[in-house]
Amino acid sequence: MAGAAQTAAVSGMRLALELILFPGFAFCALAGMVLSWLDRKVTARVQWRVGPPLLQPVYDLVKLLGKETIVPRDAFVFLAAPLIGLAGVTLVGLLVGQATLRPDLQTWGDLIAVAYLLTMLPLGTIIGAAASRNPLASLGASREMKLVLAYELPFILALAVAVIKADYALSLGEILKVQWRDGIAASSLSGTLALLIAVLVTQAKLGLVPFDMAEAETEIMGGTTIEYSGAPLAVIKLTKMMLLFVMPALVATLFLGGLRLDAGAYGVGMGALKVLALAVVATLIRNTNPRVRIDQALRFFWGPVAVLGFVAVVCATLGY
Amino acid sequence: MGITLNALTRSLSVFHLAASPCNNCDIEILDCLTPKYDLERFGIQLIGSIRHADALLVTGSVNRKAAERLKLLYEQAPKPCVVIAIGGCACSGIMFRDNYNFAGPVDRLVPVDIYIPGCPPKPEAMIAGVAKLIAKVRGEKA
Repeated sequence: MAGAAQTAAVSGMRLALELILFPGFAFCALAGMVLSWLDRKVTARVQWRVGPPLLQPVYDLVKLLGKETIVPRDAFVFLAAPLIGLAGVTLVGLLVGQATLRPDLQTWGDLIAVAYLLTMLPLGTIIGAAASRNPLASLGASREMKLVLAYELPFILALAVAVIKADYALSLGEILKVQWRDGIAASSLSGTLALLIAVLVTQAKLGLVPFDMAEAETEIMGGTTIEYSGAPLAVIKLTKMMLLFVMPALVATLFLGGLRLDAGAYGVGMGALKVLALAVVATLIRNTNPRVRIDQALRFFWGPVAVLGFVAVVCATLGY
Repeated sequence: MGITLNALTRSLSVFHLAASPCNNCDIEILDCLTPKYDLERFGIQLIGSIRHADALLVTGSVNRKAAERLKLLYEQAPKPCVVIAIGGCACSGIMFRDNYNFAGPVDRLVPVDIYIPGCPPKPEAMIAGVAKLIAKVRGEKA
């Protein structure tokens, strides 16, 4: 009995460490900060500028911790909402990281958990925006809701392709192992289509141009985040930075074979390169496109992208 | 100087208030963000919401209608927040100072941390002004 309790305590401790340090919160935050600097640097280079220094994300976050936090009446929901998104993104990072570190770990349906957890960020954003009582924030919240409805359908179809390709396995570890055995999912026709859809959905999930209508600095002055200041704004910014790492990592895991530890330095390097490439693709898309209206985004995701998704699913079931 | 204040001087988020200007200063402000000057090198960014701002940038001869907005925006900004008056109108009112609808200059309405005169001031002058302001916040000699 004592042995079992000890084992449970040890595995609980290990899970806590994984959640807080690696590959959970701290690691995702660090990687996200580096990628958000890269995003701004690449943007600057595209516009023929020099761009900010490497520590800029740190300055931005630390600065906000020293600022006054202004809250509306009923501040509890307003202040708790950013933490919902932070928790969701951290957990997705943890699940993807665990699948990469220990693909043999027996998990059932962690992919379904990932799909649900990824909607916690827009959920928190919508709740926080609604609690701020700002008309522009409610406009942003309404757009965010429509955007979630728009991209979830193609996203689930893309996930379905990854599942079908991995012999109907619903665990990230299994999807990785099948890809290491038979070649990456994106090497087939259906996998390529699903990767394309996943890249577009990543753009929308990150809230980057052309799908940044919920924030739209130049139009509705920050939309959903308009009333946030100080530490809560730092949490929102940190969550966005972490998602800039977590989403590319998830897409790389599902369609590009992810990061392979047993292949040594080559596997790790290639894994990092895949995430980097997907993040830079997101940056380049946002720098070369104008913002679309919310109805255009809805029509885009439910129209051509969803049709492409159905075609990909059919191709995957037929074995292409 | 605290860590957060140090970080603030390296990451100024600027809210731009056009308080009845002729738009000349505003165009010169946007020049500061172009490839030639690139203020993002120093972490300076224009932002959309006053709640995200560390600096309130005011241009124009503030008229009676804009004066209410200016005071409201200053109260809505999370502190610490600095106020920068850009252009002759915002600094002193120049030829508009005897106008019937003139409510400025800016320092009659809100405390101003730095004045950058000129009609309009060149982007170099604005960058020099902001550098002096940052030195002042950091407690150094400019």
